[in-house]
Amino acid sequence: MSTFASQFLKQARVMTADLRHRKIIRTALTNYEIVRDKRKGAFQSWESARQAAAETKWEAVNHLDKYLVELVSKLEARGTKVHWASTGAQASEIILQIVRDKQARSVIKSKSMTSEEVHLNAALEKAGLEVVESDLGEFIMQLRDEPPYHIVFPSMHLTRGEIKDLFQRELGDAPSDSPEELTMVARRALRKKYLTADIGFTGANFAIAETGMISITENEGNARLTSALPKTMVSLLGIEKVLPRLEDLALFLPMLATAGTGQALTCYNTMYGGPRQPGESDGPEEFHVILLDNHRTELLADAEQRDALHCIRCGACLNACPIFRNVGGHTYATTYSGPIGSVITPHLRGLQDWKHLSNASSLCGGCTEACPVKIDLHHHLLQNRRNAATEEPAFFERSLYQIFGFVANRPALWAVAKKLGRFGQPLQNLVKGTALDPAKAWTQTRDLPPMPKESFKDWWQKRKG
Amino acid sequence: MTITLFIPCFVDALFPRAGISMVQLLEGLGHKVVCPEEISCCGQPPFNSGYWGEARPVAAKVLEQLKDAEAVVIGSGSCGAMVKKFYPELFAGKPQEELAKKIAARTWEFSDFIVSKLGVTDFGAKFPHKVTFHDGCHGLRELDIKKSPRALLAKVQGLQLVEMAEAETCCGFGGTFAAKFPMISTAMGDVKCASAAETGAEYIVSNDSSCLMHLQGLLTRQGKPLKTIHLAEVLNQR
Amino acid sequence: MKNEETVLSEREKILARVREALKIPAHVPGAHGTAPLPASAHSPAADARSWLPKVGDSFAEQLALFQSTAAELKAEVQMVASRDAVKAALAKMASDGNWKRIATHKGELTDFATADLGLPICRTEGGYDVQEMEACDAGITECDALVAQTGSVLVTSLSAGGRGLSVLPPHHVVIARREQLVADLPAAFALVQKKYAPHFPSMISFITGPSRTGDIERILVLGAHGPKKLTILCF
Repeated sequence: MSTFASQFLKQARVMTADLRHRKIIRTALTNYEIVRDKRKGAFQSWESARQAAAETKWEAVNHLDKYLVELVSKLEARGTKVHWASTGAQASEIILQIVRDKQARSVIKSKSMTSEEVHLNAALEKAGLEVVESDLGEFIMQLRDEPPYHIVFPSMHLTRGEIKDLFQRELGDAPSDSPEELTMVARRALRKKYLTADIGFTGANFAIAETGMISITENEGNARLTSALPKTMVSLLGIEKVLPRLEDLALFLPMLATAGTGQALTCYNTMYGGPRQPGESDGPEEFHVILLDNHRTELLADAEQRDALHCIRCGACLNACPIFRNVGGHTYATTYSGPIGSVITPHLRGLQDWKHLSNASSLCGGCTEACPVKIDLHHHLLQNRRNAATEEPAFFERSLYQIFGFVANRPALWAVAKKLGRFGQPLQNLVKGTALDPAKAWTQTRDLPPMPKESFKDWWQKRKG
Repeated sequence: MTITLFIPCFVDALFPRAGISMVQLLEGLGHKVVCPEEISCCGQPPFNSGYWGEARPVAAKVLEQLKDAEAVVIGSGSCGAMVKKFYPELFAGKPQEELAKKIAARTWEFSDFIVSKLGVTDFGAKFPHKVTFHDGCHGLRELDIKKSPRALLAKVQGLQLVEMAEAETCCGFGGTFAAKFPMISTAMGDVKCASAAETGAEYIVSNDSSCLMHLQGLLTRQGKPLKTIHLAEVLNQR
Repeated sequence: MKNEETVLSEREKILARVREALKIPAHVPGAHGTAPLPASAHSPAADARSWLPKVGDSFAEQLALFQSTAAELKAEVQMVASRDAVKAALAKMASDGNWKRIATHKGELTDFATADLGLPICRTEGGYDVQEMEACDAGITECDALVAQTGSVLVTSLSAGGRGLSVLPPHHVVIARREQLVADLPAAFALVQKKYAPHFPSMISFITGPSRTGDIERILVLGAHGPKKLTILCF
């Protein structure tokens, strides 16, 4: 078992026993489900919208070379500097180079999971920069020195009391535990940062090939400020973010909002097509866009799971996932948690080290049902299991299944096995749930049904006479 | 019609009454029922664990046994999904691919067969209890079965169906998942049982005995009065 | 900066990997068939209008929808009878809100509406002092469109005085004409194309209600970073 797998098991044991935590997540997500379902219901056809979104993403991803070239030429035509990074380290280095060129001392960031993926904050801080997360949830998590708990709701596992204590400790400013007042504390603290930051850093939700723009979805206005005030704007995005046409956003923006937060549209949906243009009154003098591969082309090469690159990072699969709900976001120990994280992390970080995430699923399909772009998530988990077992079969498990297959295909042996089970059960009952119990994994928390004297087949054969 | 009834391994060994009920219900409708005695298991445990090479011989034997069947009825949404949805995938590019597709097309989950294929909903059953229904994930999401079991329950005299908030949430069984990640499986089962208990029901009914085995195991261990019962057994109560 | 050669080579390396990966075709997801789609064919999203939430056929229905949707989002919509009434409404807002100074941009409507307010004005054209704008009580802008379907205001860096004006002051007031109302998002994007292509403003933004967050216990708080208040003055 990989270290990551044993860590996961250990943490899952802790988290599933934490009933308070499970209740917080459940309450938050139940409220989310109510508003999401209301918004889905407002669509004339959510299912057709999903299908169109899936086909649009399919078109973009399966002609990625063409659309990337188009995107870049349109961006460059209006003065945007485009950079390409094969790895996360390269992406960080490109940003550090911009920092050095600009002699920058501080960076204000709006929410970006891709920057989490490449560990940008650590790289910038190591270079002596002040880095400030401006999204409230991310700001809270930065103060706690923890990664985001959820790709859309970074601090959903915290109560207002915990946030009050945190603000008191870290900022010396927490008048009460009212969410309103706590939000205003963050607003005041961050306003100063916007006004003085040298570089504004953002991620992107979409990139439009046709018009050469990136599109950012947010609620707080922090990305708007990040891209308005600092002299240099830097945006990091995965190469899979491309959409062919501007009009595609008419579908994707409301779908992202509906699936992500249960809103009809998030508060700010903004397209950026360059630095400050002639005749404009503000905006950055320089606009840098960094296109990141970081193993995405490896996922692209897996035609079976290529649709995982359709992901718009709405978090709907996390919200729907009973595993996520019970073990929580941090247990995954990955940048992207929940079903999409379990699918793609083996591609990003290695199958054998991360296959346990694909095994840690009941394959219920709730994720696939929730996905607005129809990624076949739970079947990809199954494929990861197959790929892992084919690549490096576990001796014990494979032997077990070989014996199982041998017995299953010989009805007489199968009947004997059933009888052994029935006669063995009273013995097993003596050691039920202990280390000696071969069915311990089951019987620690659950009873086994008593094996009846007569199996169905016994009955059937007797009846036939 | 001659119905080939595939009784899943755990129903055979642990829940024979569910299987017997299926036989009696189908025969009661005037059909001939055959149960291939050579079939033990659909091969889902190795398949779901990723050991497709080990699953294939087991599945191939099932295909062989079913090749002349007019209609195959499977007493579990999960095993139904295995044959109907995953066999064609398991045998993609293999000699049995065509046979797998052919059999998949004439395979039905038990409740869906009765309602959608036979057009029957009323067995004249009596079950004077308050129940809630658990949608097994494979039946619900792989085979899209939601209405059929409810149409059948609606005709059971004295039965009151109260839907639980988490009807469509996974119970946490998940085959080998239940043994590989028992703490997560148990947490999920607790969520399900709590939701079922909230309805005030006496029974959790499902068309999947495997989910019920997991839930009943938890309920018994925790000393809860809530009971589980397979849909076929409910329909067979007079 | 890295020299031109490495930049190009990283680009070529990534594109080469993309092209290599795409040699194996992938199935189209979902139920509409599995034949690969050609690039740039009819956009699957082009029919979005028939799936997105309904907006009503008549202008009156759409206007009513805009008002109710915006109100639900906690934006304030003031429908006034005339251009002159805008002036009066703004003056009332200024006195009710005890405004000390405002920020605005050059524009036919903004110039007219703010002319007689008698307040110090921070103007954005040609650049402005950020600290000064931050200290303003309200930012007053024009817009490109109002979107009935979503209750949104569509602004750009050209129509609304740049990027900062609509988010920096605590109260954003939008002055709009009734005929700027469009039915839905597809219509709004069509308008952007028609009005600007190929010389798009560097920023195009759909503002849907005042700034908000739910990051603390998923409880809605307005004015997270952007304006706490959004008023749409429409004549």
